[in-house]
Amino acid sequence: MQVRQDWKPKIVAFCCNWCSYAGADLAGSSRRSYPADVKIIRVPCSCRVNPLFILRAFQRGADGVIICGCHPGDCHYTSGNYYARRRMTLLFKMLEYLGIEKGRTRVEWVSAAEGAKFSSVMNDFVQTVTALGENVKLEDLRCKEPLN
Amino acid sequence: MQGTAQLILERARELMQSGQIQRVLGWEKGEFEHDPTPAFFESEEELQNFCYNDYCGANLSKYLIAASKLEGKTLVCIKPCDSYSLNQLITEHRVNREKVFVLAVPCPGMLDPVKTEGKDLSQGERKDYLLDKCLCCKGAEHKIADETIEGPSLDLAPEDRFAQVRELEALSPQERFDFWRGELSRCIRCNACRNVCPACSCVKCVFDNPNSGVSSKASADDFEENMFHIIRAFHVAGRCTDCGECSRVCPQRIPLHLLNRKFIADIDELYGEYQAGEEAEQRSPLVNYQTTDKEPSDALKGRG
Repeated sequence: MQVRQDWKPKIVAFCCNWCSYAGADLAGSSRRSYPADVKIIRVPCSCRVNPLFILRAFQRGADGVIICGCHPGDCHYTSGNYYARRRMTLLFKMLEYLGIEKGRTRVEWVSAAEGAKFSSVMNDFVQTVTALGENVKLEDLRCKEPLN
Repeated sequence: MQGTAQLILERARELMQSGQIQRVLGWEKGEFEHDPTPAFFESEEELQNFCYNDYCGANLSKYLIAASKLEGKTLVCIKPCDSYSLNQLITEHRVNREKVFVLAVPCPGMLDPVKTEGKDLSQGERKDYLLDKCLCCKGAEHKIADETIEGPSLDLAPEDRFAQVRELEALSPQERFDFWRGELSRCIRCNACRNVCPACSCVKCVFDNPNSGVSSKASADDFEENMFHIIRAFHVAGRCTDCGECSRVCPQRIPLHLLNRKFIADIDELYGEYQAGEEAEQRSPLVNYQTTDKEPSDALKGRG
């Protein structure tokens, strides 16, 4: 197999508007760095994340997907992240059942005050996904850039 | 079976004559013994084509969604395993209980026309010809009934329905991936699994929405095959009664029930034993939560 030169993972991070997105802001304003491979998508709540979003992210070339929300009990909408927790647990177990590497998906709870945690979580996740390599099991060839 | 069919017919005729029901939902004789089709019977004349034989495996509960919108009551023949689906549909307010007369019919286990093709049924055991779903029979008890017809039931110790799921889980990720690729790559996206599934009762399905990017069309790519089945299984997670219709109707014989059973096994393990459709008005585990639920990272820990 031909390996892409200078391959870097593409990471999609779904961040809840109230906690993790603000946490990412704080990471920035307190000069905590996290890899530029992380593309943040803001969602109103972690439970807004439909399993299709995650699969579509993989389809369009993501190598890892991380969902960040408020800590359990701190949801802006009282209980959204509890539902998200159940859904994501089941979805990730299903992906694992189908043979997809389990390191490619993750759920983390990051509050608005945890800029440092946000950057360490992202650094760690990017490292894990980089070690796993390119996502080939859930890729859509039509969405890939051609090899040069 | 002849006797049971006769009993059902007699009762249906009586109820129709007394005006309690407008129509009967049952199975219509096909060209051969092995192809009865679900059908509505509006008059006593039409009821002559009614049949109930060893091949009436089809689950009739989904047809009641349409029947709920018609005038008058519909008599429906419900086998024990179908009663779970019907309960679930009533819980979800898809079927109007008041429009349905549930005639609980006994089931001696239904035969699989693929397994019996060209075989002499007097040879070998009945078990060898049963539908896969009947091998994991949920028992002879109806979970919902207005009236019960007595008759023979399946005399067979049910197999462990999670045995295959556990076997798969024990494989390495690459082996699992290869297994599912082999199975799912046969999918022709005929949507039969979705159309027959009693839990797939959305008025507008995500796979019918041309703007969703996942609307019905032949899968062009490995990804689409995987995605369709993951999403479909996920959408019925917590509501699937494990009626096994998806695998029964699949023209490519893909073991789709293994996806649904994986979700059921996980739900049982993580959120407590739950059987969808066991009783009406239960709360499905995916629209419920506990503050003490396991974190996704813990649930996945320690597995290959």
